[in-house]
Formats: sequence, C-alpha cells, structure tokens
Amino acid sequence: MWRDVRVLRVIIQVVAGAAVLMVLYVLWFNLTNNLRATGLPTGFDFLTQPLGVDIPGSDISPSSPIWKGLLNGVKNTLALVVVGIPLLTVIGVLVGVARLSTNWLVAKAAGLYVEILRNLPPLLIIFFVFNVAILRFPVLQESLNIGDLVLINNRYIAVVGFTAQPNFGPFLAIIAVALIVAAGVWWWRTRRSEQIGVHHHRFLWALGVFTLLTLIGFFALGGPIGLSRPVLDGRALEGGYTGLAAYWAVLAALVLYTASHVAEIVRGSILAVPRGQSEAANAIALTPFQRLRYVILPQAMRVAIPPTISQYLNFTKNTSLAIAIGYAELTRITFQLIGNGQPAPQMIALLMGGYLIFSLIISLVVNLVNRRLQLVTR
Amino acid sequence: MTVEAPVFEETPPQVEPARGPTDWARKNLFNNWYNSLLTVALAAFVVWALLALVRGLLGADYEIIRANLRLFMIGEFPADQLWRPWAATYCFAVLFGTVGGSLAAEARDRATEAGLPNVSTTLRQILIRFWPILVLIVVILSFTTTITPTLLTVGALAVGLGAYYLGRAMPRAIRRWTWLLAILLIAASYLALAGFGGVGWQGWGGLHLNLFLTFTGILVAFPFGLLLAMGRRSSLPVIRTISVTYIELVRGVPLIAVLIAGAFAVGFIIPRDVRPGFVTRMLIAIIAFEAAYIAEVVRGGLQAVPRGQVEAAQAVGLAPWKTMRLIVLPQALRATIPAMVGQFISLFKDTTLVAVLGITELLEATFVVNSQPAYLGKGLFVVTLSFAALIFWVGCYTMSRESRRLERKLGVGER
Repeated sequence: MWRDVRVLRVIIQVVAGAAVLMVLYVLWFNLTNNLRATGLPTGFDFLTQPLGVDIPGSDISPSSPIWKGLLNGVKNTLALVVVGIPLLTVIGVLVGVARLSTNWLVAKAAGLYVEILRNLPPLLIIFFVFNVAILRFPVLQESLNIGDLVLINNRYIAVVGFTAQPNFGPFLAIIAVALIVAAGVWWWRTRRSEQIGVHHHRFLWALGVFTLLTLIGFFALGGPIGLSRPVLDGRALEGGYTGLAAYWAVLAALVLYTASHVAEIVRGSILAVPRGQSEAANAIALTPFQRLRYVILPQAMRVAIPPTISQYLNFTKNTSLAIAIGYAELTRITFQLIGNGQPAPQMIALLMGGYLIFSLIISLVVNLVNRRLQLVTR
Repeated sequence: MTVEAPVFEETPPQVEPARGPTDWARKNLFNNWYNSLLTVALAAFVVWALLALVRGLLGADYEIIRANLRLFMIGEFPADQLWRPWAATYCFAVLFGTVGGSLAAEARDRATEAGLPNVSTTLRQILIRFWPILVLIVVILSFTTTITPTLLTVGALAVGLGAYYLGRAMPRAIRRWTWLLAILLIAASYLALAGFGGVGWQGWGGLHLNLFLTFTGILVAFPFGLLLAMGRRSSLPVIRTISVTYIELVRGVPLIAVLIAGAFAVGFIIPRDVRPGFVTRMLIAIIAFEAAYIAEVVRGGLQAVPRGQVEAAQAVGLAPWKTMRLIVLPQALRATIPAMVGQFISLFKDTTLVAVLGITELLEATFVVNSQPAYLGKGLFVVTLSFAALIFWVGCYTMSRESRRLERKLGVGER
C-alpha cells in the first residue's frame, strides 16, 4: 500500500496542507496574542477613528476618519497610474522605434537613454528629479511664470486648465452629436470603399467632420469653454490644474524609468517580426508608414503586450516609492498611520490588499485588450 | 584534356559610392528632410547636455565624497577595524578568482572532450567586457586621501588574478571541491567581518550592505524559489494551490510594502521573546519577496525543457525525483541563468528601498552626508547622488551585458 502512487499522492497533499494550515494557525495565534498583549485592537473598527495626521495637498483634516485618509491615498496612487501609464507607453514606443531608426544619431541617443535609465534604481531617479531639479525651483512667492500658462515653484506645479462657461451643457450635446455624425461618415466611407474600391480615408473624413461640427458649435454658442490660468494669490495658487511638486517628480521619474523598459520590449518585438514580412510589404509597394502601420506593428504588438503588462504592473507597484519624498499615496499614508500608533498588521493587510486589487484590475483590463489582439489560430 | 574555365562576360563594376565621412553622414544622418531636422535638433541638444555635464563635473566640489568615502562604501564601520572589510575583500577576490578559473577550466576540458576548438578569454576581451568596473574602481580610488586603499585594491586584483590562474591549473579531481572552498571562503569573510569582536550585519552599511542584501537575498531565496516553482508545476492540486497563492500574492504587492511588513508586522506574528534585529527583518522580507520572483524565473526554465526529455526518462524507468534531479533540473537551471542575472540586477537596484526605513545603505548615505553641518544647505545632492548613480549604473550595466552574453552563449531562446 505504501508504494501505491495514488495513496502517496493523497498522503503528500494532506501532509503539506496540514503543515501550511498549522503554520498559519501558529502565526495567527501569535498575532492575536501579541495584539492583545500590546493593547492594540484586533479588528478593523479603528478605521472610523480620527486620522490624526495631515495629508498635504488634500482637504482632509486630521479629524476625518482613517478610512477617508486611506481612500485619499488610493486616489493619489491612481492619479499617478492613470496619467503615468499612457505617458510611459507613448514615450516607450517612440524611443523603441527610435532605436531602430535609420538616423544614426537618433538611434544612438535612444540607445543611450535606454541604457542609462534602465540600469539605475528607480528610487535614485526619483531622488534625482526631486532633490536636484524640483527643490531648486523658486519658492512659492517667486514662482516661475511661463506665459501665464504654467506656474512652477518648489511646492507646486500648476498648468492652465479649462472652465465651463455658460452654454457648456449644450456644447457637450453638440460634441456628442458630432461624434455620432463622424461615426456615420466613417461607416459610409468604409462601405463606399468596399463597394467601388476608392480609398476610404475614413479617419481623415471622420476627423474633419467632427472638427468642423465642433468648431461651428463652439462659435455659435459664444465660447462655452474658457481658460483658467493659474494665478498666485498671496500664499495660494488659484485656477488651473495644480499638482504637488512631489507628484510631478514621482511621475516624471517613474515614467522615464519604466519607458526605458518598454522601449526595450518594443525594440525586441519589432525585431521579432520576420524580415520576410517587411520585404513582402516592400514588394507590394506599401509606403514605409503603411508597412509599419499595417504589417510590422500589428504583429509586433502581439509579442509586446504580455511583457508590457508586467511593466504596467511594475509601474503601479513602483508608485509606492513616492513614500520616500512624501507624496501622500497609499503606502505613505499607511506608513504615517503605523508611525502614529495604528495597529501595523491590519494596516499592512489593507495596504497589500489595495495593491493586489490594483494589480488585478490592470491585468483584467489589459487581458481583455490582449484577447482582442490575439492571433486566431486553428 | 583540360577543361577551360568558362569565361563570363565582364560586368562593369558597380559604381561604389565614395565611402567617406560626408557620404556616411548623408546616408545615416541626412537621408530626408525630417531626418535632417531631427539630426540638427538632437545634435544641438546632445552638445548642450555634454557641455553642461562637463562643466558640472569640472566645477563640482568633491570634498563631500572625499570626506565620506568610507560611509558610502561600508557605512559606519568602526575606523580602527578597517582591516576587517579588507580581509573580507581578499576572501572574495580569492573566491571569484578560483570559481572563475575553475569554470573556465571546466569549459576548456569539455571543449577538448567534444573535439571543439578551445577558445580562451584574452585580456583584451576582459577589458572590453569589464571596462566600466575598472573605470569605477579608478574613480572611487581617486577620492581616497591616502595611498593605502589603492595599494590594497591593486593587491586584491592581483590576488584575484592569481587565484584565477590557480583555479584554471587545478586538476579535475581538486576542481570538484571548488564549491567547498567557496563556502569556506564565505564563512571566512563573515568571520573576518563579525568574528572576534567585529561588527555583525546589524551594523553594516553603505555599498557593502547593498551587496550583502543582494547576494544573501538571492542565495537564500533560491532553494525556496525552486521548491515553489516545482510546486506550481506539480500535478498535486493542494501543493499547486499553495504555491500559486504564495507566488501571486507576493508578486502583486510592491517590495516596499513587504519591507514595511518586515519592519512592523513580523514582530507581531512571531513569539514575543524572539526579537530579530532590523537588518535581519529586512533580509527576511527580501527573501520572502525574492522567492516568489525566483519561482517564476525557474518556472520559465522548467517550461523550456521539452516534454520528450521527461518521457524519455520515464521510458528508461527513472523515479520521478531522479527524473527531476538528473534530467529536468540540469537543463532547466542552465536555461534560467540569464534570467537569474536579471533578477540579481533588479534586486541590487531594489536594495535601495531599505533607505526608506532608515538603514544607511548607499543611497541613504548620500542623504546623511548632506545633513552634516559642513555641507548642510549647500545643495550637494547632485554630487552625492551622481556618485551613487555611477556605482549602481556600472554594476547593473556590466551585469546586464554579461547576462546577454550568457544568453547568446547558452543559446537560450534559440532552438
């Protein structure tokens, strides 16, 4: 019986499962015991207690409940992720393509960028941007003003924004109508192209129609969107979009760092497309742009997407490095709260849970995209 | 009879364009209008950046590095105990030399057995491969104030080179025991640092601590990673679930969260009378984190082993664990070497994160020195950060080049 593989399989699994459960039980036992011995709460009720710390760049007061502070941290992390991922994708693709440019200088410069950034610790890059560039900006009162469009000082960077004027609602409706009309034009051009074989130019047509309608609407409604310029009003910045300097530092550093990795992925994926593909494209007289757009990139994309997802995830996890320069994202707030005497195990469980949810959402979204792009094989 | 060679009609030689620098530039820099525009704009930027860099390098005040070089390298190691780090350095010089030499000899012997030409590494190749390290050593030594460190470094390099040739000359019977020598040397280096009234790793710092955390983290996490990877590929559902859960949970959270957990939560889940030191807790967190990543690296290697290999092993009647040990693992681990180097690089970069928790490793040292009274408020971050950046860059760049070389040499990914 002891040599029967079926029995052995069951025994091994039972033993392994029991061992893991036992370790978990011992850890749990220690945890509850230790929490009780130090007089810390064992549940999550403490989340409704007052925060007790100040969160810079937000209107949350130290007397708000803890869960509100944590949510604010999640919001700040998301602010990095949502702006960062598109940015790093664009820069990464541009640099990756530039590395393969026929222009020697462009290729070498892109290579230099990748090799330097990729081989530095991201935390060091953040420190560099923050301590060497941003902290050298003038103080608030002497903010650098670039054509009333951008205000820069060592605490905030504010850029010009938009405000809704009267008639903004109708204008939104016009934009919606213009979008629908543009989609109709797109469909019409596609059908015409299929019927009589003329080139469809559907993108140009749709864009032209959309722009025309929007412009007409804009002027007809007497300018429903106005500019909101950042102004220095005594000790505060008013108008425009204002971001903490620490936010811009983390964003710039991590985008540059992650883009260098994405550039390598893009380069590798383009090189992975067989030469014959690009020769065939040449043989049927596609222009260089068409060759890239219709032959090379769609195939390279399939190779590039899985490693790029993991770079997106890395970017999301690396936003936690903002803790080092005091930008109040999730990790920073958790760290502050633990320092303030909140129970560490629960806080850390929440922190890790938060990042797991981020990771899950990004994987889900990108996997959906990936499924659409996947090669359909037999 | 002689066969007359066929006479081909002579084709006029192709008009070979004049291959001068002008022609090269026209072809590679100015081949159409937008490339010309790009070239000019980029060239202007590059020249500006280079000028700024040179001006910055020449004009900077390096006193802050000169005065704190020891802090950058080994943290707050007592000044009267400096012979200890040096002794450890010599242990490692012997270690790397011997291991490198015996690996080279192994490759040589295998090539001879297989009847392949024996390619030995020339000094020129070594220089091409490792010039950044040599430059770094020269830069660091240029910041020393006495001649002793230079002499000792040259001595260490000489000892390493000697050990290399010794390792290469060792007969095969002795070479098989190199791993034992390696373990002894590592133990000796630790003893040199910590034994007999020395300083244990709780008191280490600077670049030394980054290297210690990286090496120990990878080495200790490797067996766990291997087990997790095999568990993930196991056909037993319970084992697979445990492995997958652990791997995915750890890979979903940032290292800094794991480090914070190590710093503040580990104390809660272990018995109250066990109080590991702070660096130890960081090390535990790093090992727990790395194990999950190494598991994924090893899994990649395991998947690269063709199924036929396992089937063949089963066909000749090998037991499962023997199949694993003799057939699968040797091939899988060989395929993972480049990815493991990659993991090593990323951990080396990530050891800077312990700075957030206030440990004086290299990156934190660049901040500590800026708050010394002599340099406070002088804005010398650019100098100290550049110095740290150079060290990290040289280490990561050299290793990533070596990993690409290994990848080509091992033929990973080509089949």
